[in-house]
Amino acid sequence: MTSTTQTNYGDTIFRNLTRAFAFLILLLIVFMVYEMYRTSASSIEKFGWSFLTRSVWDPVQEEYGALPFIYGTLVSSAVALVIAVPLSVGVAIFLSELAPAWLERPVSFFVELLAGIPSIVYGVWGFFVMVPWMRTTVEPLLSDHLGFIPLFRGAPYGVGMLSAGVILSIMILPIIASISRDVLKAVPRVQKEAALALGGTRWEATRIGLSYARSGIMGATILGLGRVLGETMAVTMVIGNRPAISASLFDPAYTMASVLANEFTEATTDMYLSALVEIALVLFVITIIVNSFARLLVWSVTRKNQAGRV
Amino acid sequence: MQKEISTISVQPTVAAVPVELASKREKISAHQVCAFFGQNQALKNISLSIPEHSVVAIIGPSGCGKSTFLRSVNRMHEMIPESRITGTLTLDGEDIYQMDAVQVRRRIGMVFQKPNPFPTMSIADNVSAGLRMNGMRDRRRIEEIVERSLRQAALWNEVKDSLFKGGMSLSGGQQQRLCIARALAVSPDVLLMDEPASALDPISTAKIEELMYELKKDYTIVIVTHNMQQAARVSDRTAFFYMGELIEYDGTKKIFTMPSKKQTEEYITGRFG
Amino acid sequence: MFRYRKIKSTALYALCVASVLLALIPLLLIFYRTLSFGFTALNLDFFTQLPKPVGESGGGLANAIVGTMILVGIGCCLSLPVGILSGIYLSEYGQNVFGTSVRFLTDVLSGVPSIVTGVVAYTLVVIPMKHFSAYAGGVALAILMIPTITRTTEEMMKTVPHSYREAALALGISEWKTTLRIILRTSLGGVVTGVMLAIARAAGETAPLLFTALNNRFWHTTLDQPIASLTVFIYNYGVSPFDDWIAQAWAGALVLMLMILLLSIAVRFATRKRYHEH
Repeated sequence: MTSTTQTNYGDTIFRNLTRAFAFLILLLIVFMVYEMYRTSASSIEKFGWSFLTRSVWDPVQEEYGALPFIYGTLVSSAVALVIAVPLSVGVAIFLSELAPAWLERPVSFFVELLAGIPSIVYGVWGFFVMVPWMRTTVEPLLSDHLGFIPLFRGAPYGVGMLSAGVILSIMILPIIASISRDVLKAVPRVQKEAALALGGTRWEATRIGLSYARSGIMGATILGLGRVLGETMAVTMVIGNRPAISASLFDPAYTMASVLANEFTEATTDMYLSALVEIALVLFVITIIVNSFARLLVWSVTRKNQAGRV
Repeated sequence: MQKEISTISVQPTVAAVPVELASKREKISAHQVCAFFGQNQALKNISLSIPEHSVVAIIGPSGCGKSTFLRSVNRMHEMIPESRITGTLTLDGEDIYQMDAVQVRRRIGMVFQKPNPFPTMSIADNVSAGLRMNGMRDRRRIEEIVERSLRQAALWNEVKDSLFKGGMSLSGGQQQRLCIARALAVSPDVLLMDEPASALDPISTAKIEELMYELKKDYTIVIVTHNMQQAARVSDRTAFFYMGELIEYDGTKKIFTMPSKKQTEEYITGRFG
Repeated sequence: MFRYRKIKSTALYALCVASVLLALIPLLLIFYRTLSFGFTALNLDFFTQLPKPVGESGGGLANAIVGTMILVGIGCCLSLPVGILSGIYLSEYGQNVFGTSVRFLTDVLSGVPSIVTGVVAYTLVVIPMKHFSAYAGGVALAILMIPTITRTTEEMMKTVPHSYREAALALGISEWKTTLRIILRTSLGGVVTGVMLAIARAAGETAPLLFTALNNRFWHTTLDQPIASLTVFIYNYGVSPFDDWIAQAWAGALVLMLMILLLSIAVRFATRKRYHEH
């Protein structure tokens, strides 16, 4: 008597069918990289690594460098995180520690809803409502009071790096806040109660919770970063679309995603198209690295929590 | 609890008549069956014979391998990763492990500890699930079988007006009888019951036990139970498992009145387990 | 001393409340603006008429609404089989290295910027076909939808208690039929939720359509031609210099938001019913 299963043909076929489709996902990612690599081959060949460090973008002379776009993407993302992360943590603390229980469901519904608003809607709002306000109110105010910092110097255009950062921070705030809230809620009660029992204030108890949740909040932040790096429509409508590197946050800039959105249909020559696809490839690689890192972090945190829960 | 058990060990109502059993045909036979989970051996050289149209109870303390034995009979054991079985198990003389597992399970039905009707299906669909998913299309026949199975499970009168309600709308005891009806609908020869009443109230338990008495006319029943009164009430034969070994297997009356092994006696008088 | 700490505690909590307000204001403003500007521009023509040429007022975006539905439909046709079957694999057979890597890559894929999927669809479909088409847009959306569908299918199927699988197998139902007709059937509500979320996300996408489906001011006739979509119209009209078009962009944004709101509420109700059952 053997213990090997005599599987039915149906089971074998079904298992292999589903396995084939799972394999398709793996294949899809490899294929995406290959397709982009193939299409951008002539640009990669001509410019090599200098593509990443050159700041010239001249379709007429066929000279391409991605630095202004990489710079724009990184700086606008940084601005977004600087604004969104502290606010998100504040919101998360409010939701996990202060808010009454009945508030929880509507708030989480609202957050889900916000995460579902298409970026084009943020873009339209940013373009018509936020940008004029930035031009007439926020940027003059900042340059009056903080003008000694180079970041806040220059003419208030409205469209520019700062506007892009602000709209991105609005977009990712719900995501970071909701994940951070989940992380904070997962902090063992005992830890906080111990702090209270020792005569700590409520805030000191919260701080203990925060130190426990730190890597989870970090993971949420990196997931948010993954999203802003590739965000296209909202940014394209408010960043001003000028491939230049400038110290001031008021000046118009450009991101990798928005140059793709704006110029892809205009790419008349093969080299132009090739350079644009190479930008897409760079963006793809950056987001993959960021997302992998975030996933690994979140995975390691949840695994640790599961181990500790026994 | 344990004291109560010791007082019932001599129940005059025990139904078993071992002499009659001897003349019955052998339905299931186990020979030197060993079961493993990875490195752990859960069954050690189990050999026993289960006669047709009788109720065999398997008792023993938890972790003694009684459920594992039951699950090795209909090859559910092998669904667990890293599980292994050696020895021989036969159904009507045919080696169970040489047959197709799906065919084995169609001939050996199973009822589980917790009632588990399919939540998305109506009562009628639950009963006919096994038939429909094995390709039966004939509506009329399905209806007939549904009614027959529900009658056999003594549930027909309670649900005949609500056949299209969800299976989860029934009470726990009704759900368990629904599961019995579902198992009967595919016309098995053998019914394995893994502590079928342990999650039920006393009235539902009594109904299930009554039902088993009826069912053994047509089916061979193997029941695992940790409730010794139940074993004494319903079974013709009783097997006592301990630490993966079969300690004693005999007529129920004999097991509960004059067990030949000391361990059996200690267990049924409640000294351990 | 303790008094100081108490004050500090209260002050920091006040900061938390302030950050909630600060976070809520822009979001409420977005809702308010979209509703107020959108409603004034919205009328029946918006849903029934074709876009009018520059200078003529009126008209609607009927073709764009239908176009969005067609694009999402193509996306569904491509992503549903892949997403559901790979999700089944991950939940039923995926407890191995291959399963773990597919799971990881699916998570990574869900983080790929939508504009990049547009670029891939461009090189994959538009370049060989030599023109923009509904197919190309559908391919781009499908790539976006797959990870959501795969992972929710997996997660939902994993929530089905093991006892149902045992019950089915013990009835002599084969494994694959058990998987499809018991496990998948039981978790269908959750799987549908995942699919609806994927649809909502795809319907709101603009970037991957810009250079795949492109746009079309007329009724499309075949799927290998450029096709209009609500989102691309909102973008084109929004950045245009014409007041009429800008008003229609707001109306489009409102319609899009309402569509997604309805989907979210439907999903909510679907999941709430499930919780009650268990």
